[in-house]
This record gives sequence, C-alpha cells and structure tokens, in this order.
Amino acid sequence: MSAVADDLVRIAVVDKARGYWATVFRRLSRDPVSVTCASIILLIALAAIFADYLHLANPYTGSMIRRLRWIGTPGYPLGTDELGRDMIARLIYGGRLSLFLGLSPVVIAFTIGTTLGVMAGYLGGFVNQAIMRTVDVFYAFPSVLLAIAISGALGAGITNSIVSLTIVFIPPIVRVSESVTTSVRSLDFVDAARASGAGSLTIMRVHVLGNVLGPIFVYSTSLISVCMILASGLSFLGLGTKPPEPEWGLMLNTLRTAIYVNPWVAALPGVMIFTVSICFNLLSDGMRSAMDVRS
Amino acid sequence: MSEADVLTQAEDVGGPQQPLLEVRHMSKHFPVRGGFIGKAGVVRAVDDVSFSVAKGEVLGIVGESGCGKSTTARLVIGLIEPDAGSIVLDGEKLGGDLTLRELRRRVQMVFQDSYASLNPRLTIEQSIAFGPMVHGLSEKEARERAHDLLRKVGLDPANFADRYPHELSGGQRQRINIARALALSPRLVLLDEAVSALDKSVEAQVLNLLIDLKEELGLTYVFISHDLNVVRFISDRVIVMYLGEVVESGPVEALWSDARHPYTRALLSAMPSLDPDNRTKEAPIAGDPPNPINPPSGCRFHTRCQFAEAVCSATSPKLFATGNDRHTASCHMVDPASGHSKAGHSTAGELTHA
Repeated sequence: MSAVADDLVRIAVVDKARGYWATVFRRLSRDPVSVTCASIILLIALAAIFADYLHLANPYTGSMIRRLRWIGTPGYPLGTDELGRDMIARLIYGGRLSLFLGLSPVVIAFTIGTTLGVMAGYLGGFVNQAIMRTVDVFYAFPSVLLAIAISGALGAGITNSIVSLTIVFIPPIVRVSESVTTSVRSLDFVDAARASGAGSLTIMRVHVLGNVLGPIFVYSTSLISVCMILASGLSFLGLGTKPPEPEWGLMLNTLRTAIYVNPWVAALPGVMIFTVSICFNLLSDGMRSAMDVRS
Repeated sequence: MSEADVLTQAEDVGGPQQPLLEVRHMSKHFPVRGGFIGKAGVVRAVDDVSFSVAKGEVLGIVGESGCGKSTTARLVIGLIEPDAGSIVLDGEKLGGDLTLRELRRRVQMVFQDSYASLNPRLTIEQSIAFGPMVHGLSEKEARERAHDLLRKVGLDPANFADRYPHELSGGQRQRINIARALALSPRLVLLDEAVSALDKSVEAQVLNLLIDLKEELGLTYVFISHDLNVVRFISDRVIVMYLGEVVESGPVEALWSDARHPYTRALLSAMPSLDPDNRTKEAPIAGDPPNPINPPSGCRFHTRCQFAEAVCSATSPKLFATGNDRHTASCHMVDPASGHSKAGHSTAGELTHA
C-alpha cells in the first residue's frame, strides 16, 4: 500500500455501475409514450416481415366486381382498393417496402454522415473546409426538390430512390455531427488523450465517437419520419416504387382518384404513414430525454 | 518501443546537474481576426519565455488570469505548437533526439477541470488504462496498472474501477486524473491549476498526495496556480508571469521575502492577510492587465506600475540577476545601468506589503 493509505477514500459498496446505453435503455423503458410508440412500430414491422404467415388475402389479386368496398364490409375488414384488392393485406405487405424505404436511407446516411462529420469536426482545418463546403452545396436545394431531381436523373426504382434519399440526408447529419464533435473536441479529456500519445483515429474512435453518437442518433431517428414521407412522395410522383407493388405512398397516389367515392379507404395509407412517422418522432423525443443523463 | 519502456520511468541521462526540462525562448502568438475591415492582430500569449526545471524540484508558475500560464503548459506537452523556441528534456531536444510521442510519455499533465478531463462514457479503469494501451500494453496489463495506480492515489480499485466520472466527487476525480497522468510513468508532471477547483480540505489532501507521490516515484512537478499560498507550500522555485512574459523567478523564500519586481510585490500584497491587526487596506494594484493584442511598449507592466518612468515605456527590461541565488527579475530598477532613478537600490521598504 502506498504512503497515502491513511487518507484512503472509502465509499459504500454499491452494485456495479451500469453502462451508458444500459442506463438509457432503462430510462426509455420507463417512459410510457416511448414504450407505446416502440410497440406500435415493432408491431407494424413484425406484421410486415411475417405477413406470409398471417393468412392474408393475396395483395396483388383484384376483383372488378368488389372494387372500393367500405371499411367493415364482411370479408374485407378495411375494404378494398380501386382494383378490388384487399386493403388490409396491401397495408400490411406495404409496410415492408415503406419501412425499408424509410429506414435504409437514414441508416446509410447515418453511417456516412457521422464518419464525415466527426472527421470534419475533429481534424478541422482543410479537411473541415473541404467536407463542410461540399455539404453546403447540397443545402442550396430544398430536400424534396433534391430528392426528386436525383431520382428523376437516376430513373424510377427502389434502389435509385434509396440512393437519392441517402444523398438528401447526408448533409444534415454531417452538420449535426460536425458541431457536436467540435464541442467535444475542445474538452480536456481529448487533450489528455492527445497528451498520452494517441493518434487521431484512436482518439476519434475511443473518446469522440462515444460522446457524439447519442445526439446524432436522436437526430437521425427524427429523420426517419421525414424519409418515409419523402419516399412516399417519390412513389406518389411515380419515381419510387412501381404498381402493382404495395407501398403506402404509391397506394395513396392510386387511391387518390377514389377520394370522393370512398374517402375512408383512400385515407388509410396516409393513416399508416402518419402513425409510423409520428411514432418515430415521439420515440426520438423520448430518447433525447433518456440520453440526457448527467446525474 | 518495447513494452518494458512503458512500465518504467525513462532513464536519467544527464545526471542530477542537468535540468530535467529546459524551455528556451518559447513564443506563441495566436492570430485574431478583426471585424469587416479585416484588421488582424495577434495575442502574444507567450512571448520569449525561458525557464528550466531541475530534477526533483517543484517549479511554481504564478500570474493573473490570461498571463500565459496554461499556454506555457500546453506548449511544453506539445498540445499546441510553439511559433518559436525549443524544448529540451534531460538533454534531448524535441524534434531532434526526442519525438513528440516520447515527450508525451515522459511529460504528463493534470488539468484544472476534473470533470471535463475525464471521458464521461468511459469507466475510471478504462480512462486510466487508455494511455498504457496506446503505448502497447495488453488490456490485461493495462488494467492491472490502472488498479495499482488507483491504490497509489488512495482509491480502492474494488470500489472505483468500474465507476463513471459523474458518480465521483471533485476530489476523487482529481485523484483519478493524477492516476491517469502517472499511468505512463512520466518524469515530469504539469499540474495546471490541478487543485484550484477543489474545496480547501480536499485541496490539502490532494496536495499531500502529490507530495507523497513525488517522493515515492521520483517525480518533478511544474505547478501552475493563481493561489500564492498553495504555490508557496509546494514549490521550491517560482516564476512569475505577466502578459506572456517571465517578470521574476527565484527560490520561493527569496521571492517571498525579497521580491524585486513591482508586479510580484503587488501580487504578494494582494494576498488576504490572516492577521486582523494587519489587514490589507488598499488594493496594491488596480485595473485589469492591458490587452495582450497590443501590449504596452517597453516594460509591459509600466501602465500599472507606481515606479514607472520614461525609460520603462521606452525599453523593455531583460531578466537581471539580483545578486541572490538564482533570483532574477526583469525590472529596470534592478539593473543599475538602466537609467531608472531608483535603479540599483532596494525599493522594498517603500512598498508596504503583508
């Protein structure tokens, strides 16, 4: 024992401290709004993934005599669309593409944007200027317009709409991660890490990333709803998915013509988009407060 | 570099006579951008500063806020690059025989803000083990080392290793920071206001810990502080900085009993007196330090100095030996050849200070 054993600081033995993410998850699970939203998203996602086992009608088979049935029609609990296809089957199967189109661009943009933003924020100087000024160019266009322009240039199709939406979402994520990184970079523990001889990559990985991921993650989650709406918008304009594929945005487009005949059925895909996007938004709000742990 | 190097302190090269650290004519000027007209200036944060630290001693650096104390520390450890000057560690010049990485292993730093200097997402153990792992220790070895160091700074590893910084008190966190600084077996530790943010009682504990560790591990400290009592308590030698320059340096007792620079005397008399019969009656120095973007000509202190004469604003004094052992001051009054009317004879009696 060292010479300072006499003033050894003793504190009560407590149970092992939890990791940061475990704490966040525990706090999140205590928030009823977040739990509800997460359950709704999970339910829709699981239903979409396991749609084949739900004994649903074929979402592609229509019937000319059973078109635009009302909600509650026997055999068709949510009615039928303009080609007589079962709405409940199309809404559930539609979740596959819609969720995929809403999530994947954000996930890809999160990965690329965080990498670029942390590099720009940590390395500063020329790297920062090069990355941030390039990003600024994309800010010159409204995001909807940019997505339409890129999709239009690349041509319709699922891959192309994912590419265009990813490009749309990279700039805001780079901006957010750059500003968070800049504030973390100036903290003393980063200097202490530099003073211990660590290289930039190690410091970014060990010390910076853990402290910036939270805010970037929350921000990205809030982009999912925007992305779903944009993806639906692209499909609506005929730049995304093509008929007869079930996808909420596309369904909204094709049912548009029936809005005076059967408005309730025509509104259903919109209700789905609205529900999922508001759930993602509320979930990201919940995460923001769950991550705000300093005490 | 082999692993054995990391585990032990770097070997002594020059013997006890050679200073451990020599800083020669170091300057750092930060450019500042002007307004729309674009009139740019420079902040002379550190201007032609030279000093040396002997092996095993504690060098105190004192001065007002913004005088360049912290910048000096950051320059020594290479966190910012000097515009001019050189750093020599035990005879090896940085950039020559000594790499920056090796310098940062032999010199470590403890920061003022105990909370900001620990990564909130890492456990105490991970924070301390980070440095050794960067220098090639395996995770297991680094963790053992972290536990050893926790014991050395008076914290039980069983209780503290897996905790996060926000669960600890300021004093405990500063102990962790000291442990982290010692993890690479440095020879020199820069303590940048390391105890300033702590309560008085905790401050005393940490100071005693620092003294014990210094004896046990054969360390050398550079102790930066604005608290003169603490500096007097821990330092062997003190340098006083004003507006980026060294104005006086010498053994701590010589400085306290026979301060030659009016600024040093003003600082010392600004210390609150504990004797009720001998209260500090008037402020010994008024106003803020001048703007470091355009520092005053000649002696930088002449705008606030009660002895200022024409020569003070005309030429800047050099550090001049006072005759006492290693005691130097940069004041025209110390240099008999300067032309100052009070040059050559002591003015100590004319200034009352507690």
